[in-house]
Amino acid sequence: MTQAQLQETANIPALLEEPGVRKWQDFFGFQTDHKVIGIQYLVTSFIFYCIGGVMADLVRTELRTPEVDFVTPEVYNSLFTLHATIMIFLWIVPAGAGFANYLIPLMIGAKDMAFPRLNAVAFWMIPPAGVLLIASLVVGDAPDAGWTSYPPLSLVTGQVGEGIWIMSVLLLGTSSILGSINFLVTLLKMRIPSMDIHKMPLFCWAMFATSALVLVSTPVLAAGLILLSFDLIAGTTFFNPTGGGDPVVYQHMFWFYSHPAVYIMILPFFGAISEIIPIHSRKPIFGYKAIAYSSLAISFLGLIVWAHHMFTSGIPGWLRMFFMITTMIIAVPTGIKIFSWLATLWGGKIQLNSAMLFAIGFVGTFVIGGISGVMLAAVPFDIHVHDTYFVVAHLHYVLFGGSVLGIFAAIYHWFPKMTGRMVNEFWGKVHFALTIVGLNMTFLPMHKLGLMGMNRRIAQYDPKFTTLNEICTYGSYILAISTFPFIINAIWSWLYGEKAGNNPWRALTLEWMTTSPPAIENFDQTPVLATGPYDYGLENASEGVPLSDPNPLLSGGPNSVLRAEPDPAVAANPEDRK
Amino acid sequence: MQSQTIDPAKTELNHHHAAEASVGHHEEHPDHRLFGLFVFLIAEGMIFMGLFGAYLAFRATLPVWPPAGTPELELLLPGVNTINLISSSFVMHNADTAIKKNDTRGARIWLAITAVMGATFLVGQVYEYTHLEFGLTTNLFASAFYVLTGFHGLHVTIGVLAIVAVLWRSRVPGHYSNEKHFGIEAAEIYWHFVDVIWIILFGLLYLL
Repeated sequence: MTQAQLQETANIPALLEEPGVRKWQDFFGFQTDHKVIGIQYLVTSFIFYCIGGVMADLVRTELRTPEVDFVTPEVYNSLFTLHATIMIFLWIVPAGAGFANYLIPLMIGAKDMAFPRLNAVAFWMIPPAGVLLIASLVVGDAPDAGWTSYPPLSLVTGQVGEGIWIMSVLLLGTSSILGSINFLVTLLKMRIPSMDIHKMPLFCWAMFATSALVLVSTPVLAAGLILLSFDLIAGTTFFNPTGGGDPVVYQHMFWFYSHPAVYIMILPFFGAISEIIPIHSRKPIFGYKAIAYSSLAISFLGLIVWAHHMFTSGIPGWLRMFFMITTMIIAVPTGIKIFSWLATLWGGKIQLNSAMLFAIGFVGTFVIGGISGVMLAAVPFDIHVHDTYFVVAHLHYVLFGGSVLGIFAAIYHWFPKMTGRMVNEFWGKVHFALTIVGLNMTFLPMHKLGLMGMNRRIAQYDPKFTTLNEICTYGSYILAISTFPFIINAIWSWLYGEKAGNNPWRALTLEWMTTSPPAIENFDQTPVLATGPYDYGLENASEGVPLSDPNPLLSGGPNSVLRAEPDPAVAANPEDRK
Repeated sequence: MQSQTIDPAKTELNHHHAAEASVGHHEEHPDHRLFGLFVFLIAEGMIFMGLFGAYLAFRATLPVWPPAGTPELELLLPGVNTINLISSSFVMHNADTAIKKNDTRGARIWLAITAVMGATFLVGQVYEYTHLEFGLTTNLFASAFYVLTGFHGLHVTIGVLAIVAVLWRSRVPGHYSNEKHFGIEAAEIYWHFVDVIWIILFGLLYLL
């Protein structure tokens, strides 16, 4: 963007005219600007998504036939272990942190995160941890005890690989904790004075809930891994029954983090969907406070349900009942969100662009994953399908149909803000179609496979499962192909796409009130809010912010559209917009 | 950037604290740092809670605790060490009080005494380790004892290093003052945290 354009679009003062990144090479360096770090997070995690995806396709290729004919069982074990570890710790969790880094300061009117250098430190822990993990394949002793690394299995499989796994996950956990400290302090301390906590965009609420969850649960995993590494390296027997230890204690410590981890992976995208749906259906969000507080409720409940992963590990019956009930209760705040989104869509002027398609796909597939989750919460059913493909189907509907579709929805939605250019809608829709077909073709048959009794984490299976496995495998190839339109579209649009302008979606949240891409330090003056973030029903504001007015929200003066009187028809139920 | 005229009013807006203006665009607000430290200590506390929880779980699973044949722990040395560490928290607080009165010399003396007391605690812990009749892998209690006290000792070491760091920085006159003493305050809060964790740890391992 030239200097003249910058000056023209947002009255950027001379002091701030140069953006943080001047050439593309700058993205590979140490930067403290939250927007650069956000994009670094997103691109890095997407690279790991591709690596983890290749591993998934290798796993599926092995499972195309009942025999072990494509890779050896040892390699197969390493592949599914690394696939899970990479997808969770190096793709979905950092992608959420990437959006949070990019959007939180913009959404709350801050110049940067509270601790910009700490932010850079948190990001730069991720590439070494990822390289370390993948390098274990090269040293010939990759971790192969599953991503749960349950002892005593993980203590006898391979010391080097397991040690690498522990160090890598500890590094990624530390990065995650440092990031969440930054988000919490930024959200609580750096909002513009006019932004009451109930005027905060819902993505910020979601990140608040997520960060609190990371802060409380991740250290417990670290404690478990410290004890596990002593078992592995120093010969202690904390989790080794032969020396009097108790492997179930590891399971408690592991799931105390790893169950909340699924909410750490889904809550940011609940937040993103809550931004995308009202904007692209031109309606105020239904139940702002209900969505905001249900995030906190999910966060809290997420901390007291971990043992539902351990129904078959011999925990007492009354404990099973407790965890069954708390797990089922989580369906309530989640349902509140789903119904609020549907009510927002209801009667809206829906624009079916790529972002919105992915958002609607998110809601649909996540509901399937959520329902199978309620089924799994029931102890008798869980005992029946424990460690079968039903569980694999459930978690992929939640994490692929939920988080990954959410990531893509968010990328399509904020791409104009991040790059200043529009994505190509046609190829975005091709990407969506291939993804939704591939996703359902891969994971829907797995429900049936699980009910029929096919075990997870095995390279060889009964020939009666062959047909369904073939369908799954071909579906996974479609998923692999679906990434290509996206990659090409993203790169091409970033370079040559149509100019987006400041606010292509005519949105009301603060990040759209500055230039695209925003200059360093985001805003030339402290913005002043005149209205809530989702007041699309207001008279004159029904078409959003006119592009001719560069900073209507910032001024709040007589010409500001947002000072307009509310439309009486819409204002009839003011509670909905609070 | 250098050739542009800088609007003084704008600069004023960017840097509320004139003293920090020289740091650049990305100065960190002291209030945020203090709050950030508390948030960080929640995470630290949760690691210890995880370890304590595991210890209690092992204790609950085994019928005899500590496992049969574990030598009785001496209480005298760790007791003295505990009193030393608790006292050092009060000494550390004096450093904070002193700097709030602009008494840099007093603050430096109190900081030095705290650092020495912290180091004494570590020496005492190492001395205790070398005289214990069990090793890391003797049994579950022994392993937990060494891992928990060792992990706490690591935190004491970090605390001592932090105190030495602020002591080193305070040699520059005016580096810390009534207005600006985040370093000392942070070291103090961290030191109190380490102290509280030790009290729980001492109760769990030695007394319970």
